[in-house]
Amino acid sequence: MSLLATEPTRAAAVSKESPAGPARRRRGRAVRGQLTAWAFLVPALLVFGFFAWWPILRGLLISFQRTNLTDPPTWVGLDNFRSLFADPLLTTAVGNTLLFVALAVLIGFPAPLLLAAVISTVRRGAGVYRFLVYLPVVIPPVVAILLWKWFYDPGSGLFNSALGLVGLGPYSWLESSGSAMLSLVLEATWAGMGGAVLIYLAAMVGIPGELYEAAEVDGAGVRRRVWHVLLPQLRSVIGLLLLVQLLNTVQVFTEPYVFTGGGPESATLTVLLLIFRYAFQDGAYGQAAALSCLMVIVLALLSAVYLRVTRTWSSS
Amino acid sequence: MTALTTFVSAHDRRRPGVRAAVRSVHVLTLLVLLLIGVGPLYWMVKGAVTPPSELTTHPLALWPDRPLTGNFATAYHDLGVGRYLLNTCLIVGGSWFVQLFVSATAGFALSVLRPRFGRVVYGAVLATMFVPYTVNMVSLFVTVTDLPFLHLNLGDTYWAIWLPAGTNAFTVLLAKQFFDALPRELFDAARVDGASTRQLLTRIVLPMSRPVLAVISLLAIMHSWKDFIWPLVALTDPEKQPISVALAQLATQAPQDQLIAAMVLAVAPPVLVFVVCQKYLVAGLGFTGVKG
Repeated sequence: MSLLATEPTRAAAVSKESPAGPARRRRGRAVRGQLTAWAFLVPALLVFGFFAWWPILRGLLISFQRTNLTDPPTWVGLDNFRSLFADPLLTTAVGNTLLFVALAVLIGFPAPLLLAAVISTVRRGAGVYRFLVYLPVVIPPVVAILLWKWFYDPGSGLFNSALGLVGLGPYSWLESSGSAMLSLVLEATWAGMGGAVLIYLAAMVGIPGELYEAAEVDGAGVRRRVWHVLLPQLRSVIGLLLLVQLLNTVQVFTEPYVFTGGGPESATLTVLLLIFRYAFQDGAYGQAAALSCLMVIVLALLSAVYLRVTRTWSSS
Repeated sequence: MTALTTFVSAHDRRRPGVRAAVRSVHVLTLLVLLLIGVGPLYWMVKGAVTPPSELTTHPLALWPDRPLTGNFATAYHDLGVGRYLLNTCLIVGGSWFVQLFVSATAGFALSVLRPRFGRVVYGAVLATMFVPYTVNMVSLFVTVTDLPFLHLNLGDTYWAIWLPAGTNAFTVLLAKQFFDALPRELFDAARVDGASTRQLLTRIVLPMSRPVLAVISLLAIMHSWKDFIWPLVALTDPEKQPISVALAQLATQAPQDQLIAAMVLAVAPPVLVFVVCQKYLVAGLGFTGVKG
């Protein structure tokens, strides 16, 4: 409210001319100030109103309706949820998504931490390491996936050809339901690792060197310095990135859509792909919205944890 | 630049065993990073200039005997990659502008002007972070095909992508927090000098906020260049689709070598931009990367 700090002097100057004016003038100016402020909020109000707040409410509504986008929607109560839970694909999709999340955390979580730890000890040319590690991230996801699809090709693909040289394989990466999900996770890990490495590196730069020196004076070797200084200092960043990764991987869509289309035998059908199929292949918008609502609840819980962690992280 | 103290100390580095171990880990990491960073890109270029017969007979050849360059022209003209890239640029440009405009005006209103109930609006904006647009796509699609009150159908137009791009709560938050840190005395001084509210934004606040505007631009451009799911849903007209959506469709129709050439053309712009500005990008991403 310090904007108003200049008001009394100006109001005083005015009041010499018209003794009854200042209060009304001040009120008039305040109203005009409010109007201008709201005018600057209009773009955000329109965009968020039409494309964020309204669709969120609409999604909740549609999940209780039957609609084909042309006729007026009819109220069907919990029917959408009932047919959703009656669909055996739902269990498959939830299971597959959890499998993707678990594999992505198992493989994709330690790798960037390890890489960042190594890169942080590089003295000359660390920029080259950072550049290389981030390079896959700038490749558009669809290109990256199509590239890996070619690598996974059972006949002339890079992986089977290379492994064949040392007498391994041939493996049916994307074609067998046992390995398809793992193949997706490998690509996703490669594509997404760079961002996490840069964040870990930034956090490692922030660790005071005295801590390492003190540990060394106390006789701690390299391994114990990693275990007792580096990792505890990174604890909050590690937790944060874990949550970000959970949030992102739960929403996995592009990989199964482009790699396998959900196959073989629905082995890579994820929740988001199922939502997409319900809505844009079957035209079951209500059922798709119902599943979206359930998904939002899960994500909101994860986000709530995320926000709490960020808050304690930034305040400490 | 003084070397950073890490878990491997200067004292450790003087011991020959440790030094050799550190050196070999570094070299090994560099090799692995070259393999996973440059390797796939190299292999893609190689695949694009290799005749299809050689692709299947000598899949591991490092470079074809008789490289072809015709695939790039074929992909650019016959597969329509040129048009799809142009479409992508249009989508990215519009999304960037809308996002920057909304974030700057909203951040300015909420941070500098502070209208009554502004905090309620800010809260409602932040609340949308809980509902990622991927999960919201069904109702967003329903909304976009029939806007409430206006009854406009934005489906198959770029507005369907540009306008929703503005609903990024994170960039509004970035803008507001940056503006919050600007000295308010400046605003008061500008007011006394007779600056209008619009001039306050364009002459004082925005020129002082170049770093945050750059970060918002970076996030907006990266996101919309990489986005796949929403253009896939919102644009069904192949004439209008961006390269990411078009490639997914081409993958089922085009011959392998031409498809790979198309992929090289699609990957070239972002990689070139990254190579040229990598110093700034890596620094900027370290700052906001959490959301990346």
